[in-house]
Amino acid sequence: MSLELTDVTLTYPDGDTRLTALDRVTLDVPRGTVTAVVGPSGSGKSSLLAVAATLVTPDSGTVTVDGTPTAGLSRSDLTELRRRSIGIVFQQPNLLPALTAAEQLQVMAGIDGRSPGRARGRALELLDAVGLAGQAGRRPHQLSGGQRQRVNIARALMNDPTVLLVDEPTSALDHERGAAVMDLLTRLTHRRATATVLVTHDRALLTSVDRIAEVRDGRLTLTAPAR
Amino acid sequence: MFVAWRDLTFAKGRFALMGAVVVLITLLVGLLSGLTAGLARQNVSAVTGLPADRIAFAAPAAGQDLSYADSVVTERQWRQWANTPGVTRAEPLGITTTRANAGERAAGVSVFGVLPGSSLAPAGDRIGDGTVVVSAAAAEGLGVAAGDSVTLAGRELTVAATRGDASFSHTPVVWASLATWTSLAPPAGARGGAPTATVIALDTARDADLAAGDRAAGTRTVTKDASLAAIGSYTSENGSLQLMRGFLFAISALVVGAFFTVWTIQRSGDVAVLKALGAPTRRLLADALGQALVLLTGGTLAGTALAAAIGAAVSGSDIPFALTPATVLAPAAVTIVLGALGAALSIRRITSVDPLTALGSAR
Repeated sequence: MSLELTDVTLTYPDGDTRLTALDRVTLDVPRGTVTAVVGPSGSGKSSLLAVAATLVTPDSGTVTVDGTPTAGLSRSDLTELRRRSIGIVFQQPNLLPALTAAEQLQVMAGIDGRSPGRARGRALELLDAVGLAGQAGRRPHQLSGGQRQRVNIARALMNDPTVLLVDEPTSALDHERGAAVMDLLTRLTHRRATATVLVTHDRALLTSVDRIAEVRDGRLTLTAPAR
Repeated sequence: MFVAWRDLTFAKGRFALMGAVVVLITLLVGLLSGLTAGLARQNVSAVTGLPADRIAFAAPAAGQDLSYADSVVTERQWRQWANTPGVTRAEPLGITTTRANAGERAAGVSVFGVLPGSSLAPAGDRIGDGTVVVSAAAAEGLGVAAGDSVTLAGRELTVAATRGDASFSHTPVVWASLATWTSLAPPAGARGGAPTATVIALDTARDADLAAGDRAAGTRTVTKDASLAAIGSYTSENGSLQLMRGFLFAISALVVGAFFTVWTIQRSGDVAVLKALGAPTRRLLADALGQALVLLTGGTLAGTALAAAIGAAVSGSDIPFALTPATVLAPAAVTIVLGALGAALSIRRITSVDPLTALGSAR
């Protein structure tokens, strides 16, 4: 397993009490599979993603990323684990306005201490893989919403992560573009053998995923997708 | 610097505006520094150029500070210092400001009285009871050259030579004999003997017991540099200009700090994304500080070049501008250091940006 959440409980302060966002959640995600996390607003989907991304430390339970238990790791160790093993596809593309599409990917090499210049070839290769071969020199404001989301996906793959966390990737797209992005994510997951967790509210796009995890009131139930 | 460099070229307008502010502040600091040094030189160059390391003043009354204007020393005090162990040379020096005339021309000058043949004055061996050595500025102001006559307070003297560019209290120096100086401005009020001069210029060895010498002679001895504080006009003028310079440095740091505070807040979303993607905070800080240094260094170099060009253009004119590495490079270095400090304090907030904010639809 590349991502394992075992008996994870996460609570937030809520006035004088604490709100349970995740209630003893257990989830194993093998490499090369897509697990979709669905549920109503406020059910704990985003909390699950934040815990898996090592951005939030759970109250109890264990999180293991690429064989490394995250409990007890320092903040800089967690940052390094995120950099090396986790790719994040944000809900909004969150592209840096000053960078071109290729540079959005090259920056991942820069934050890893490698030369962004030498990473250009790989950036172009990934842009090609997401169907943006001719858009490498364009800045975010010169790209469409779907193209920005593809750059977002390509950036997440730049450091060859074993875990790919995808947050509502189609929320800003129409159904057709949303389906294309889902198809792309599924193909990339299988081709690059990532353990992909995909948070979405759009059940119509779940036909291509391997498993569905439904979160309700912080509790998680696994089901198979309807083909 | 990958993102920082592209930010610089992408947000050209904002950085050009801030760069222009740095250029103007540096230009102002550079001009003020050159002017401060130029005015200081006009005020004290005659003293700083003396071949002596200490100046002995008549001990002032209790509660009074040393002053070139008030000090009067006697021959006894001079001889006392000359015989003090560790003192390699002690020479009386009289100072007064008077009016000089040469033909139709007139100018205010400082007359420095020295013993004939004294090494305190340039071409001291040419100074006699009827001859003087005039500085270049005095010669130019009076339109005289060697062999011409000059009248000091009604006494006609011959210009033996034109040497140096010494000036004191913003007036060019005329080097005269001590006897001539005495006749021009008879000193009064010396305690314990006939007045001889204003101060005593000393050359001392490291083992000289200056405190004992002061006690024996009834004087107070300070280093040549410390004696500059005894020039009233220098202290007030230099103090005001240095205060202005200090404020400019502080303003520079504050402006740069304010700019990078706003800039950091504006890009906190980008910082959150980079942190979420695994960027170490120290790398983001180094990136932001590098960006600030590029802006500061570029702006400061441009401002310094402008100040140097203006300084070069006015040098040799009546404007007292000193164009030296100390007046050009030192302010530039201070501007960069203080600006970087202001920027560093501003970009600290990068450490508190929470990468979690990059998740969800909050952005």
